[in-house]
Amino acid sequence: MLTKRIIPCLDIKNGGTVKGVNFVDLRDAGDPVELASIYAKEGADELVFLDISATEEKRKTLAELVYHVAETINIPFTVGGGISSVEDVDVLLKNGADKVSINSSAVKRPELINELVAKFGSQCIVVAIDAKQIDGQWRVHLVGGKVPTELDLFEWAKEVEERGAGEILFTSMDHDGTKNGFANKALAELSDLVNIPVIASGGAGDISHFTDTFKDGKADAALAASVFHFKEIEINTLKQELKEEGIPVRI
Amino acid sequence: MKIIIIDYGAGNIQSIMFAIKRLGFEAVLSHDTEEIRNADKVIFPGVGEASSAMAKLKATGLDKVIPTLMQPVLGICLGMQLMCHSSEEGNTDGLGIFDLDVIKFSNNVKVPQIGWNQITGLKSELFTQIPDKSYIYLVHSFYAPIGKETIATSEYDLEYSAALQKDNFYGVQFHPEKSSDVGSDILQNFLNL
Repeated sequence: MLTKRIIPCLDIKNGGTVKGVNFVDLRDAGDPVELASIYAKEGADELVFLDISATEEKRKTLAELVYHVAETINIPFTVGGGISSVEDVDVLLKNGADKVSINSSAVKRPELINELVAKFGSQCIVVAIDAKQIDGQWRVHLVGGKVPTELDLFEWAKEVEERGAGEILFTSMDHDGTKNGFANKALAELSDLVNIPVIASGGAGDISHFTDTFKDGKADAALAASVFHFKEIEINTLKQELKEEGIPVRI
Repeated sequence: MKIIIIDYGAGNIQSIMFAIKRLGFEAVLSHDTEEIRNADKVIFPGVGEASSAMAKLKATGLDKVIPTLMQPVLGICLGMQLMCHSSEEGNTDGLGIFDLDVIKFSNNVKVPQIGWNQITGLKSELFTQIPDKSYIYLVHSFYAPIGKETIATSEYDLEYSAALQKDNFYGVQFHPEKSSDVGSDILQNFLNL
C-alpha cells in the first residue's frame, strides 16, 4: 500500500537553513546537508529545500548545495525557490535533485509547466501554490505569499494538473506559522478535484494536525519545517502515532 | 569492478552515481558500445517519457546493443519499462526483453504514484536478505502487469510488477538509489551478482 509521506522543509538562504514564521522574521536553524541526513535517518520520506535567497550567486550556491545533498542522502528531495526556466531546472536535476518546485514563475507564465513537463517529465515537476482566503475565496499569492493575484486556488490547481504537473504543494498562508493545524477543508476539496498527489503545507503544530490532514484533508503528504527543526515533533514518534491511528506510513 | 551507466540523455543519473559511490564503487557514464559490452555490470536508467527515450535509444543504436548484453543489466524505472515489449506511453515499442506491455494506471488512483510502497513475493538473488514488505520509493504513471518474469510485486490500484528478471536482465520499477538502506542493499545485491 502506498504510504502517506512526511516531508520536512528546509528554507535555505545563502547556503544555510532558516525558518520563516509567516514567511517573515527568519531564525537560523542549522546546516542543510547535516539536517537533511538527520531527517533521512529519522524516517523522513522526502525533503524539500526552498531557496529564499535572492543574490546573483544564488544559482551556483544552490546547485552546489543540491550536489552535496544528493551525495549524502538516499531519499528523494525537491528543490524550489526562484526557478523560472528550463535551464534552471536542468542544472538542479543534473546536480542530483529528484524534483523541482515552481511557484510564481508558473503563475506568471503557465506555459513553463508544459515546457518543463515535456523536457523532464511530470514526475519531477511540483507546482507550489500559496493561497489565502480573501472574502471567502481562496486566492493564489506570489512572492512567498506577499502579493495577491486574481487567480482562484482551485481553478489554478486544475490548470496546473492539465498542464502536466506531477504534484501540487499547497501552502495556506492563513495557517502557515500559526501551529493551529493544516487547511483541511480546502485541502480535501483540492484532493478531490485533481487526480495528482497533493502535499499539505502550513500550520503543523502537533501530531494530531498530521493525523487530521491525512484523514480530513485527504492529503497525500504533509510538509512542515519548524516543528521538526526545533525538535518539537520527532519524525519517528510522529510516524508511530500515525500508524496507531491507522494511517499507512513507512516505518 | 567496471560499472557502466548507459548514457542516452535520459534523466537524473547523478543520484545513481552517488548511490554506487556510497557502496564504495565508481560508475562510469557511457554510450560507447565496446565499453558497455566490456563492463562487469550495466545500469540502464531512465526518467522521462517512454517514446522519446526509445527514440534516443534507436538514434544511437543502443536499442540493438542492450538486448544482446551478456553481463548483469539493471533497468531502473523507465529503464525497466523500456526493457518490456511495448509501452502505452507514446505508444512505443520497447526492447522486448520482458514479455510484458506497459500500461497506464487507471483514474481510480492518483497518477503518478509518488512515494513509498511495499514489495512482496520477492524472488531472485537481487533480493537476497531483503525482507518481504520492505518499503521502496516509486514515481510512475505507467506499470508492467504481472507476468512470468515478475520477481517482486507491489500494489497500487492493482497488483503489478515491482521488479522483473529474465536471465541476466533485471528491472526494477522503484528507485533503489532513493529507497534508503533497503535500496542500497538491493543495489549491493546487483553488484554482487
